Parts: sequence; C-alpha cells; structure tokens
Amino acid sequence: MAKVWVYAEVHEGNLDPAALELLTKARDLGDAEAVVLGSGASDAAAKLGEYGAAVVHASDDAVYDDFIAQPHAHALHELIGQNNPDLIMFANNYDSRDIAGRLSAKTGSTLMGNATDILSVDKAQTSIFGGTQLVDVELEGSPRLVLVRPKSFEPSAAAAAGTVQQVSVEIPEDAKKAKRVERHEEQASGPKLDAAPVVVSGGRGLQEAGNFKLLEELASEIGNAAVGATRAVVDAGWVPYAMQIGQTGITVKPGVYIAVGISGATQHMVGMKGAKKIIAINKDEEAPIFSIADLGVVGDALKILPQLIEEVRNRKG
Amino acid sequence: MNIVVCVKHIPDPNVPPEMDGDRLKREGVQGVLDPGDEFGVEAGLQLKEKNGGEVTLVSMGPATAREAVTRGLSMGADKGILISDDSLAGADALVTARVLAAAIKRNEFDLVIAGVESTDGYTGTMPGTLAELLGVPQVTFVKTLENVDATTAKVDRQTASGYHVVECALPAVMTVTAGVNEPRYASFKGIMAAKKKPLEELSLGDLGLTSDDVAINQKIAQITPAEERKAGEVFEDDGTGAAKIADFLKEAKVI
Repeated sequence: MAKVWVYAEVHEGNLDPAALELLTKARDLGDAEAVVLGSGASDAAAKLGEYGAAVVHASDDAVYDDFIAQPHAHALHELIGQNNPDLIMFANNYDSRDIAGRLSAKTGSTLMGNATDILSVDKAQTSIFGGTQLVDVELEGSPRLVLVRPKSFEPSAAAAAGTVQQVSVEIPEDAKKAKRVERHEEQASGPKLDAAPVVVSGGRGLQEAGNFKLLEELASEIGNAAVGATRAVVDAGWVPYAMQIGQTGITVKPGVYIAVGISGATQHMVGMKGAKKIIAINKDEEAPIFSIADLGVVGDALKILPQLIEEVRNRKG
Repeated sequence: MNIVVCVKHIPDPNVPPEMDGDRLKREGVQGVLDPGDEFGVEAGLQLKEKNGGEVTLVSMGPATAREAVTRGLSMGADKGILISDDSLAGADALVTARVLAAAIKRNEFDLVIAGVESTDGYTGTMPGTLAELLGVPQVTFVKTLENVDATTAKVDRQTASGYHVVECALPAVMTVTAGVNEPRYASFKGIMAAKKKPLEELSLGDLGLTSDDVAINQKIAQITPAEERKAGEVFEDDGTGAAKIADFLKEAKVI
C-alpha cells in the first residue's frame, strides 16, 4: 500500500477543516497519515484519527506558529527522510502553499498546485478556463507533492488509530527569519462565508463601495445568508479581503449563490461554481456568469436590488 | 538597496484562452506584462525611491517576453534580464524557480519581489520554491511594504481572516497582492528611456544550468471537457426581474 500523508494546518490551536477533506481522500489512496505542526497539534491528532489517520506526526512547538514556512519545510524534509511517504497532500491555503513551495526545492519533486481531485497516487486532476476543461497531470518525484483546493472532497469520518508520533526536529536558526509579531482578525457578522447556505456576492457592477450595503440588506432579509465579493472589488478596497471568493480567497458551495454585478472571471468562478443554484444579475448579456447561471437577469443591479429586497420581504410575509 | 522584481509575459488575460495541444495557445495572442506583476514593479520602484539603489527585472520566457520586461523598464526599472531557451517551453514552477534563482544569484540582492501568483497559471508556489533555492525567507501576500529598509522589513501579510504583521530579515523573497499600491503608468519619457536601458538576454548555458536541472517532470496525461453546468433561463429585466428572483428563492426554499 502506498503511504499517503496529509499536511494539516493548525491556526491558534484550531485544526483547518480542509485536512479532514484530504484525509477522506487519502484513505482511498493508501495508508493515510497526517503531519500537524504548531500549538494544538497533539489535540488535533484525535480528530485526524477519526478521519482516518493511522499515525499523526505532531509537534506543539511554538516555533511553527511564530515563523513562516521555513521551519515547517525543514521538519517535513526530515520526516520524509525518516518515513518515505509516496505522496503528500496539502490544502491550497496560504501557509501550506508557502511550505509546499519550499519543500519542492528541497526534494526536487514537482509540486502540482490547484488540484481538484486526486485520481491515484501518481495522478491528479485540475480544472482550467473557469472549470470548463479538466486536466489530468502525472505526478513525479519522491514524494509526490500536491496542493488540493479546499472543498474538493466531502469529509467523512472513518476511525483509525491516530497514534501520535512526536516530531522532534531541531529547527536551525537560519530557518527562523520571518516572524509573526502581531495577529489581526477581521470580524465578520452573520454566518461564515464558507458555511452559509446562501451567499450574496458583489462585483464591479455595483459601481461603488457604498452600494455593498444593499447586498447586506438583501442577505439579512433572506436570513442565514453571507455576503461575498470578487477580487476586483477587494483590490479596489471596497470590502475586506476576508470576503473574497475565488481562486485566491474562499471557495464556497452554498445552496444558492446570488452574483450581483459580477462578470464571471475565471478567478472568481473556480471559487463558486460548486453552488447548487446560481442566480446572476448583470447588465452585460454577454457576461460569462450567465453561462453557468440557473437564473439570469440582464439589467441594472442598482435598480433590481431594492426591488428584490422588497419582494423577499413580501414573500416571507 | 538591490531590488529584483520577477515579471512574467502572459497572453492577454482579456482574450478568452485557447489550448494548443496540451499547452496554452500563445501564437497569435497578444502578450502583456502580467497585470499582477505591475504591483511588484511599482513596489520595487517605491522602495528604490525611499532607500536608493537599483531595480532589476528578471523574467523567463520566449524572446517575445522582452515586451513585458521593456514595459517594466518604461515604468522606471533600471535594467532587465530575460532568460530565454527553447528547452524551457512548458516549464513547471520548480524549473522556473531554478532558472530565476540562477539568474538572481549572479548578483547581490536585498529583496526579490513577485506577484502573489501569475494571472495565467495562478498556482502561486514559485516564489516559495525560489526563496528556498536562494536560501532566504519568504513573506507572501504582503499588502503593505512601508517599513522596509536595506536590512530588515516589517510588513503586513494578508491571511484568510485578517492580517499578520511579520518581521523579516533581508535578503528575502516577498510577494505582493494587487492593491498593495497603484502602479504608475509608463510615461512617454519612460518609454523612450526604456529603449536605452540594458536588457540582457541569457541562455541556460550562461547560467551554468544543464538539461537535467531543467527537465520538466510535470506531464499532462489528458485534457477532457468538464461536465457542463447547464445555463438556465436568462431574462432581460422588464421590471419583473426582482420578482422572478424572489420566486426562485422561494422555490429553492431559502425564504
């Protein structure tokens, strides 16, 4: 059996749920094990075991919380030497992307990014052009390294031993060069964007930052809805980055996705095309978003939004 | 301060992409400097204005990629290096990082800047690999570059739910987000001046790299069309658009 590792992120003691998605897949591919580094790692081991990790290589050392990427890549490289995994899966998140990039240089393995499926221990799949084409890629190297987009697999529990093996790798001083000295969280109100059953999302078509309050009104009228945004309006500084949906940003799979004034750039579509139902409002009838929408309305978002808020209120009566 | 900015020449992102075999079609498609890299060039220029020094652009690509480097030079960068070699067509991130590292190492550097990810490939892993090959730390997703001098940097790094302040010893590799600054336009004077600036073209041999160093291991097995998501009904809004959407939401049982 192939030895398949999942690199699990912990943030302020909390396990990144994407690790459970990856473990669910890793179980199908071979003997699943997990690596988790940083405060809360040992506590996370139990959960990782519940999702199929027979062994959890863990260290609670704060060096992994304080310093970026270098200690993790160093430790992983040591662990690879001791254990010879065949494949390591990472979630396509900020920290993992950095760590996997460095590890690729150390091992000489080609790192595949943005995978949406793992077909076998040596083959993974990604989608391009806004998800219209699927590309199967052969993985090379020892171990093979893949970054998988979050929400590619539905997590399901299947208990394994979850035996903790303490990682005791000495981290050299020259791997402690980029240090986190302050942490700031942006608080969002309402349900979490990546878990909300309805997402109302806005793009350039809203014309100015102030009009985002119409989306917030609509979301609160619908209830249990979260507000998201495209990269274009986040870059323009209209809304915080935490609201960004897409390739960089959050992947969402809500029951209903309402795209307002969003043309449908590839970068955005890969983050939302998994929605069960998509509604699009845009004034350009040629906008790519209409090609994936279940209901499309060609018109002025600023005119339609107040009417829609009213209509929703009436129907809820 | 010796600042290196990595730039990439990509097919115009405003033109719908097409495949040519198992690679992105580039022939007949207008190439541009990756819009994400303009933020990197601007960041480099601002640091030079503050700390003095020199901004060098480094790119890997076919001969036509000169366009992208020249565009960065016309924004104000001092010189450019383009590594061009037929055997690099289709290079993956590891090979790209090896080539860029070899070119960057030839001179002393304090800071290497890149965009967070390319607009055409958008994997964003190359800078981390590059940092490791250069033996320096990396800070990705940097959204402010104000407190940077020749030996240390204190920058804001975007996270999924906010940002972290990171202190980093230089030399280092940093990637900057779009929105980190407002890239300047190339002035007419800048465009004319760029024609006289040094733009060195190097081959793999010039960098002392062998074909083993740049063997491309990532192979495409096959490309297939994804199951298409069917487009539903599209209406012109005649005043009933909002009602149609509300009906749809009711039917989907979310209100």
